[in-house]
Amino acid sequence: MKFSESWLRTLVDPKLTTEALSHLLTMAGLEVEDLAPVAPAFNDVVVAQVLEVVKHPDADRLNVCQVDIGNGQPQQIVCGAPNVAVGLKVPCALPGAELPGDFKIKVAKVRGIESSGMLCSAKELGIAEEASGLLILPSDAPVGQSIRQYLELDDHVFEIKLTPNRADCLSLQGVAREVGAITGTATSLPQVTEVLPTIEVTRPIVLEAPAACPLYYGRVISGVDAKAPTPEWMKRRLERSGIRAISALVDITNYVMLELGQPLHAFDNTKLVGAIHVRMANPGETLLLLNEQTIPVGGDVLMIADDAKALAMAGVMGGEESGVTLETSELFLESAFFAPKAIAGRARRYGFASDASHRFERGVDFGGTRSAIERASELILQICGGQVGPVVEAKATLPLRTPVRLRTSRAEKVLGIPLGVEKISQIFKGLSLEFKQEGDVFVVTPPTWRFDMEIEEDLIEEIARLVGYDNIPSPAPRARMAMQRLPENQRPAYRIRQMLADRGYQEVVNFAFVEESWEANFAAKTAEADLIRLANPIASQMAVMRSNLFGGLIANLVTNLKRKQSRVRIFEVGRTFHRDHEATPVAGYRQPWRLGGLAFGGALPEGWGSGSRKVDFYDVKGDIEALLSPLSLRFEKLEHPALHPGRAARILLDGEEIGCLGELHPEWVQQYDLPNAPILFELDFAALKGVRVPAYADVSRFPPVIRDLAVVVDQKLPLQTLLDGLAGQVSGMIQAIQLFDVYVGKGVPENKKSLAFRIVMQDTQRTLQDAEVDAALQQLVAVLEQSFAAQLRA
Amino acid sequence: MDNLDQIVSEAKAAFAAISDPDALEQVKARFLGKSGQITELLKGLGKLPPEEKKVAGAAINIAKTAVEAALNERREAIRKAALEARLAEEALDVTLPGRAEARGGLHPVMRTLERIESLFASIGFEVADGPEIEEDFFNFTALNTPEDHPARSMHDTFYLQNPDGSLAEKVLLRTHTSPIQARYMQAHVAKFAQLETMPEIRIIAPGRVYRVDSDATHSPMFHQVEGLWVGENVSFADLKGVIADFLKSFFETDELTVRFRPSFFPFTEPSAEIDVAFMSGALKGRWLEIAGCGMVHPNVLRHAGIDPEKYTGFAFGFGPDRLTMLRYGVNDLRLFFEGDLRFLRQFA
Repeated sequence: MKFSESWLRTLVDPKLTTEALSHLLTMAGLEVEDLAPVAPAFNDVVVAQVLEVVKHPDADRLNVCQVDIGNGQPQQIVCGAPNVAVGLKVPCALPGAELPGDFKIKVAKVRGIESSGMLCSAKELGIAEEASGLLILPSDAPVGQSIRQYLELDDHVFEIKLTPNRADCLSLQGVAREVGAITGTATSLPQVTEVLPTIEVTRPIVLEAPAACPLYYGRVISGVDAKAPTPEWMKRRLERSGIRAISALVDITNYVMLELGQPLHAFDNTKLVGAIHVRMANPGETLLLLNEQTIPVGGDVLMIADDAKALAMAGVMGGEESGVTLETSELFLESAFFAPKAIAGRARRYGFASDASHRFERGVDFGGTRSAIERASELILQICGGQVGPVVEAKATLPLRTPVRLRTSRAEKVLGIPLGVEKISQIFKGLSLEFKQEGDVFVVTPPTWRFDMEIEEDLIEEIARLVGYDNIPSPAPRARMAMQRLPENQRPAYRIRQMLADRGYQEVVNFAFVEESWEANFAAKTAEADLIRLANPIASQMAVMRSNLFGGLIANLVTNLKRKQSRVRIFEVGRTFHRDHEATPVAGYRQPWRLGGLAFGGALPEGWGSGSRKVDFYDVKGDIEALLSPLSLRFEKLEHPALHPGRAARILLDGEEIGCLGELHPEWVQQYDLPNAPILFELDFAALKGVRVPAYADVSRFPPVIRDLAVVVDQKLPLQTLLDGLAGQVSGMIQAIQLFDVYVGKGVPENKKSLAFRIVMQDTQRTLQDAEVDAALQQLVAVLEQSFAAQLRA
Repeated sequence: MDNLDQIVSEAKAAFAAISDPDALEQVKARFLGKSGQITELLKGLGKLPPEEKKVAGAAINIAKTAVEAALNERREAIRKAALEARLAEEALDVTLPGRAEARGGLHPVMRTLERIESLFASIGFEVADGPEIEEDFFNFTALNTPEDHPARSMHDTFYLQNPDGSLAEKVLLRTHTSPIQARYMQAHVAKFAQLETMPEIRIIAPGRVYRVDSDATHSPMFHQVEGLWVGENVSFADLKGVIADFLKSFFETDELTVRFRPSFFPFTEPSAEIDVAFMSGALKGRWLEIAGCGMVHPNVLRHAGIDPEKYTGFAFGFGPDRLTMLRYGVNDLRLFFEGDLRFLRQFA
C-alpha cells in the first residue's frame, strides 16, 4: 500500500514529523517498507511563462527567451530545450537556486548572451528519471508561485507492508483511522452524501451465488464525457500511490478504491444486455480480460455476466469487451462485496494479480459498499458530467459480526502487564470499536471493516498494539527449575561432529533434493516406485529426494577440485528419504538421520614429512573405528551401486547393519572426471549416538604372557573368517589375538599370505605356567591347521 | 716426598692431555695399574721399618687419592664433552611444520545451532526434532493455517509426487520447524495425561526447512530454529524477556537494541516480528529483521489437546543462517550450501 503523506494528512494530521509518523506506523504493525521524498531538495524554482523566443545569434540549438516570473520584470534566459515556445508555462530556476546534483544557478553569459536563470525539465528537478524537454505546466498554473508549492513536492511517499489480516488499511481512510487510534488524533474521514438520481434508467441485478456475493450496488450514469481530463490533484495522488492515470472514468474508480478501500468497476452500459447476474462460471466458459488475456474460467470462479455473456471475473478483473473506453457515454457502475473465500487464489491461478483481488481476498468493508458508489458518482458528475440513475441494491446475508468477549484478567495474563478496565475502554474507543462493558468483561462487536476480530486473542492483540509492544517490559525469564536427565548412554550430535572434525573432516550442508541421476548412479534407484519425486521442483537438478548422501559429497569434491583443493575430507549429517510403508511418524516415508563422509587426496596433508601416500580404504576404516571406539565393528564384503565391488564393506554393530564404506566405483570416477577414487562412507547417525555406560571388570595383577605366531593361509581368506573360526575354539586364557603383519612375497608360496599374530594370554587369578601356555598355543595352531589349512611359518 | 708430589702433578698433566675415554684408562694404568707408579711405591713399603712405613704409607695414600680424584674428574669431563657433542649433533630444525592431521571443522550454521542449543539448555530448554517430509496437518492445519492460505500453494511449498505421477496431497517438505512444536505438544500431552497439571514444555527445535524460493537472499533449503514455552503462566512479557536475553547472549554484547513490532502469523496471537539493531560495527543503527514470534494461538494449543484457558505459551522462530551471517559477517547466504572448503575452513 503506497500513498502520499499529504493525502493522509488531509484525513488525519497528528503533530508528528514524517519520520515519527513512519516509526509509529511500523510499531503499530503497519510496517513502513519505504519512505521517500517526492522530490529531492531544491529551491528558488517558480512557475514562469515564456513571453518571447528568439534564436540565439551564435548557437543553432539555443534560444533567447523572455520569461515572466511574476515580478513584473521579464527575465532573459537562454534555453536549449527543443520544446520551448511562446505562451508555455514551465518551471524556472532563478539565480541563487540550487538544483539536485549540487547544480547552482547564477546569472551567466551563455555564448555571449546574458542568462538570468534556467527553464527546467522534470529530470532537472529530480522528479522524473528521463525528460525530453521542459516540464510543461497546465495553462492555469499561477506565474511566480514556487514550483514546490504548486506541484506539492514537499511531500513523502509511504509504502507500507501490510500483514494479511489488515486489509482494512488498504485505503487512505483505513490508514487514517489507524493513525487516529494510535495517536489519539481526531480524523476527518471523507463525508459521502447520496447523489440524487436525475434519470430513471436502471439495470436489474440478480445474485445467483449469494454466499459469494451477498451485496451488489449498481447504477447507470449517462451522458458522461469520458474524454474529460482527470484533475491534476487526482492524478498526483494516484501517481504517488503507484497507479498510472489512464482516463477520467478509470482514474475515478481507482481513486475511490484508494480512498475508501472499495474496488469498483465501470461497464460500458451500451454493451450490456438485460440484467446483471452474479454467478459462478459456466462449464467451458472463457473470458477476454482487460489485460488482453483470454482465460478459461473454472467452476469455482465467480463471474459478473449479463443475460447474454460473461462480462468480468468478479472482484478480480473486468472483461475487455464490456469495459469503459474513451468513447463511452453511458456507464454502469458496480460496487459490490465479494466474500474473501470466493476470490482467494483465483487471480494467482491465472498468473496475475490485481488491486481489486488483493483487497477482496483479504476482506473489504461491506459497510462502505454504498458510500463508495455514491462517492464515485459524485466525482464522475464533477469531472465527466452526466445524469445519474437510481442505485439498485441486491442484497443477501452479509457476514456476521458476532460479539467477542474480552476479559480484562485474561488480557493481563496473556500480556503479562497490568491494564485495568479504564485503559482497555480507552483503547477500544480509540479503535472505534462498538462495545458493552459487563464489569471486567468487554463485549465487542467487530466493525464491518475488520475481518480479524473473532476471538478474545484478536482483541488482546489490539490492546497490545495500542499499548505499544515497546511498552511491555522484558523481565528475565522465570520458571520452575528441574534438571534435565541427560542419558549417559547417548552422546550429543555435536560431539560426533567434533570428533570427525578433529580427524580432519570439514562439515558441509547439501540440499536434500538432488539430481535424478545421482539416485540412479549412487543408489540404483530408477523405478518410480523407489524414487521420491517433488511435484514442483525449483529446477530439474533438484527434483528428487536423496536416499543417500554420496551425490552431494561427490559434487562438493568436484567443486573443490576445480578450486585447486587437492585434499578433501568432508562430511554431512542429514536425513535421507526412503519409501517405506511401515515408516513413522510420517506414513510412507522413512527419514533416517545419516552421517556421510568422503576422503580424497593425500593420507596426510601435503608436507615435508608426510610422504605422498593417497588416502585408502583402511585410513577411513580407521576413522570410523575411532568414531565408534571402544565398540567393536564388523566389516563384511558389500555390493553397492556407488562403490568398487572389491573395495566396499557393510558395517555392523552388534549384528545390526549401521552403514557402509568403500572406494567410489571406477565407473563413476571416470564419469565425474575425478583424478582418482575417493573413499566414501555413510553411517546411521542414531547408532553413532549410542555409547556404553562403562562397566567394571577385574584387572589382572599377574603378568601377561605374550607370544608371536605366524601362519601361512590362502591369500583370499578374509581375516574375519579366520578370527570367527577361532572364537570359542581356543583356550580361555587367550585374551587377545592381534594381527601385526600381513606379508605376501618371497618366502611365501603363490596365492598364499602370511599372517603374524601377537597372542596375549593372561589369567586374573594366577601366573600362567610355561607348559599350559605351550599347550594353549598348540591347540590354537591345531585349530588353524584343521579349519583353514594354515601352516605354521618358521 | 717430592717424588710423590711430582707423580701427582705428572698424573694430572697426563690425564688432562687425553680426551678419549679408552686412552684415559690406559694412562690410568701408568699410575694406578698393577705396575703403576703409585702401586710400585705401595709395594715398596714392605721394605721399610715399621715407623717409617706408617708415615710413608699415609703419604702415598694421599697421593693415590689425589690421582684417583684427578682421574674421575677427567672421566666426567670427557663424558660431558661427549654428551654435548651428541646433543649438538642431534639438534632438529624446530621450526619445520608438525606432521599432524589437519583439523576439519563444523559447518558455520551447525556452530551457531550448537551455541543456540546450549544457551537455551542453560535455561532449561530441551532439543526436539521432527521429520522433514511432513504431513500437511502438522505443517499447516495444526498450526491454524486456513485451507486456502497462500502458503499452502505449490507456489510456496514443495509437494511430493506419488509413484504414479499424481500429487501426494497430504505430504510436503516442511516449510518451517513449527510442526515440531505441534508434534511435541501432542506427545507431551499424551505422556502426562494422568497428571492434573502437565509439566512445562520448554523446547527448541532446529532443522532444515524448504520453500519454493531461490535468489541471492533466499535458498530453497535453509535452517530454522523453533522455540516453544508453554506453561500455566507464560506471558508476552516473558517472551520479550527470553528473546532479549538470548540475543544479548548470542551476540555476547549488551550493545544492541531489540524491538518487537506487531505482525501476523496464523499460529500465534499476538504476533511480533523481532528486529535487532547493533550500536556499533558495520551494521550500526540498522534495524535487522531477525525472527518471528508470538503467543501460541489458542487453536494451536487445542489441536494439541492443551486447554488454552489453563495454559498459555509463546513460540518463536529464528533463522540460524541469518544469525550466522550477522555473527561472523558472512554476506552471502548461498555460501553455506556450496561446500567450498576455502569458505568453510574459516569456521574450524
